Amino acid sequence: MFGDDIVMLSRMQFGLTALYHFLFVPLTLGMTFILGIMESVYVMTGREVYKDMTKFWGKLFAINFAMGVTTGITLEFQFGTNWAYYSHYVGDIFGPLLASEGWMAFFLESTFVGLFFFGWDKLSKVQHLSVTWLLAIGTNISALWILIANGWMQHPVGSEFNFETLRMEMTSFADIFFNPVAQVKFVHTVAAGYVTGSMFVLGISSWYLLNKRDIGFARRSFSIASAFGLASILSVIVLGDESGYTSGETQKIKLAAIEAEWETHPAPASFTVFGLPNQETQTTDYALKIPYALGLVATRSIDEQVMGLKDLKQQSVEKIKNGMIAYGELQKLRAGDRSDATKASFNAHKDDLGYGLLLKKYTEQVTNADAVMIDKAANDTIPKVAPLFWTFRIMVASGFTMLFIFAMAFYYCATRVADQKRWLMRMAVWGIPLPWIAAETGWFVAEVGRQPWTISGVLPTNLSVSSISSEQLWFSIGGFALFYTVLLIIEMYLMIKYVRLGPSSLHTGRYCFEQAASA
Amino acid sequence: MFDYESMRLIWWLFIGVVAIAFALTEGFDFGISTLLPFVGKNDVERRIVINSVGPVWEGNQVWLILLGGAIFAIWPSVYATLFSGLYLAMMLVLFSLFFRPAGFDYRNKLSNPTWRNTWDWCLFLGGTLPPVLLGVLAGNLILGLPFHLDQDLRPFYDGSFLGLLSPFALLCGVVCLVGTSFHGALFLKCRTEGSVQERSRVVASILGLLLILGLAAVMAWVFLGLDRPEITQMAGGDAPSNPLNKTVVAVGAGWLAHFMAHPLMLIAPATGMLALAMAWLLGRGQSTTAAFVFSCLGIASMLLSLGLGLFPFLLISSTAPGSSLTLWDATSSHKTLVLAFWITIIFLPIVLLYTRWVYKVIWGSITEASIIKDTHTLY
Repeated sequence: MFGDDIVMLSRMQFGLTALYHFLFVPLTLGMTFILGIMESVYVMTGREVYKDMTKFWGKLFAINFAMGVTTGITLEFQFGTNWAYYSHYVGDIFGPLLASEGWMAFFLESTFVGLFFFGWDKLSKVQHLSVTWLLAIGTNISALWILIANGWMQHPVGSEFNFETLRMEMTSFADIFFNPVAQVKFVHTVAAGYVTGSMFVLGISSWYLLNKRDIGFARRSFSIASAFGLASILSVIVLGDESGYTSGETQKIKLAAIEAEWETHPAPASFTVFGLPNQETQTTDYALKIPYALGLVATRSIDEQVMGLKDLKQQSVEKIKNGMIAYGELQKLRAGDRSDATKASFNAHKDDLGYGLLLKKYTEQVTNADAVMIDKAANDTIPKVAPLFWTFRIMVASGFTMLFIFAMAFYYCATRVADQKRWLMRMAVWGIPLPWIAAETGWFVAEVGRQPWTISGVLPTNLSVSSISSEQLWFSIGGFALFYTVLLIIEMYLMIKYVRLGPSSLHTGRYCFEQAASA
Repeated sequence: MFDYESMRLIWWLFIGVVAIAFALTEGFDFGISTLLPFVGKNDVERRIVINSVGPVWEGNQVWLILLGGAIFAIWPSVYATLFSGLYLAMMLVLFSLFFRPAGFDYRNKLSNPTWRNTWDWCLFLGGTLPPVLLGVLAGNLILGLPFHLDQDLRPFYDGSFLGLLSPFALLCGVVCLVGTSFHGALFLKCRTEGSVQERSRVVASILGLLLILGLAAVMAWVFLGLDRPEITQMAGGDAPSNPLNKTVVAVGAGWLAHFMAHPLMLIAPATGMLALAMAWLLGRGQSTTAAFVFSCLGIASMLLSLGLGLFPFLLISSTAPGSSLTLWDATSSHKTLVLAFWITIIFLPIVLLYTRWVYKVIWGSITEASIIKDTHTLY
């Protein structure tokens, strides 16, 4: 109904601005926790170096946090500006989750972030420590609500279509809150944030150690980061978001696409390490498979059968046929036929109404779709396999590389020889981008893998957009490109400048550069 | 009180409260940013101005984010229609908000004067464009927006960006900017001393008068010169939300008649004008807190007047009056309203409590001496 260019541009804008926002979010999630740990050590031991650590890493956190705030507002605005029909259609469920995030999380983090920076002289030690932890809790609650919202988009439970208001409405808040997909997503994502913060501190501390400066400061930062990082990366991998792929049709399709599972194999399926997925022939060429070797990554399928894409597509065909019936009954209801028979038939089929809406792309009337249209729509439910297959593997590879770095760092810290292992410190410096690569590819898998839906099985992406023009979209995309590029350059410049200054930026007179300068 | 109709009314009040909290707190943030280049003549003075909101601007901004979130949750079709219809205007609001976090956080990270001066003007834009645009938006809420809903309740906008810039809407934009600047000047009077405080006093004495005159002009224009649509038939207050199930005539009895039908409603604009007059009179002299409190009362009353004037409309359609959205037929489901009600009843007091604590901790004059003492930690 809308030009493909509107849909494509809207997706591009939302995808890029969301990925950009997520450059800053994981660091905020991790750093607030690490700041809380450092300051706790300060309050417990009373040693000034831990206060300096909290303040210095806090400065880097501040540079990052400002960007997180800036780019976060964009996402809230875009639901209304670019996804107006989505906002109307699911605002009843999605809106309260966002508003809860505002009440419970944004206020907490934003109110206390000011005191964190400006309250050192105005608060007692314990008061300030409480402020820091409230900030950390705020950022984490924020992640909880937005991931419940995203989890609902992946696996929409606790809601149903209301034919009188022509939209989805909430039936059970508890189901939405305890949605298994949302819960594993939350654990996976915040733990990934802790990994990001840890890798950041570990890498920069390693750089100081390699340059033999601020040794005591860097060594203490290094050990906190290695311990927290190891615990976090294990949570990411072991409690990974894998188990979420067993609930809901679209999640199953996503899993099959990630693994390039075209056919259904008896459990436990072998794991395709590498291969070239071929969408045309629906096979994976040159597949390197490890039978049963599902290990930590794929524990989900030891006892459960992974359904292949071909069978999943056949399921979509059935759902589309149901959806056509639901759509037909809905038209009758709207025309004024409120007979019990029509209502009963609608209620029996309405769970698949969204699949009927997939046909809108091929026929406005939906109910008159022929076998060819149904087949096309069913094909649309299968995402492009190769991009998901590869991005998923990049994410996993980044994760295991970090597991190695953190495990080594922790081991050598425990044996007190970490600063003699220059190879490890070099690896930690070069490893700084890894958590970001993992996070961005992870979101790519989660969101591209959900296509063609904005709400899995409920609302197709191409119907979710606003009635706007491509000129308007180009204006906003141009604005984002301009502002985000300039801001990123400024942010990186400041970040690198302050990393180089190190703790001397606190002007305590105790750190590298300052002794020389004051002498 | 938990029936659907009451919930819809309560949520109209709650969203009004959030909008007022946004206007009162972010209002002075915007105001001090607009005044920044003028009341601060050197770097230390400008840092005094910026640090007057340093620890709180971030929390204040959450009221805006919450306002958006609450409209999304409670009036989804308003959110969809308004944000997509006013696409370019909303993008401009968003882009101008970008200047603020970076401006506050990055300005003091380098001591280069050009760097700092550039950020000062960025903060000026970030504090000036949003109130102008939001004022224009408020004006267009009164005028009605050119939009319609199709049978699937999908909103379509039938106007253009330039169409928003009618003389009346532009007047509203200017008045809104004068209002935030006046509010910001009174806030600066409370939190500064010496030359910055004196300049703020002078600014407030000029802007206060302009604000009162501007608001009088807006009200006269609304009461004497603008049409107000009227609902002739609609389903009850507990009917399912479907905005198309009502009949609306484009020209009703008018805005003045709307207020005269329930004369008690006139208390709101009257209180607003009186409070702002008091704020202006007190603000010209040495008063600090009292003038600011009257400014808060005045701004809150004027927002309430806007809400009462539109009641029960939320968004008036100027091209398809029947598509207008009201608080009776554009809300979320009964269940969602009740759920959101409880969340708000629990968290609003908690948020207010800790926000009050933070203000208590940071309250006090920002002086040159304090800036110089904490030069590496303050903004």
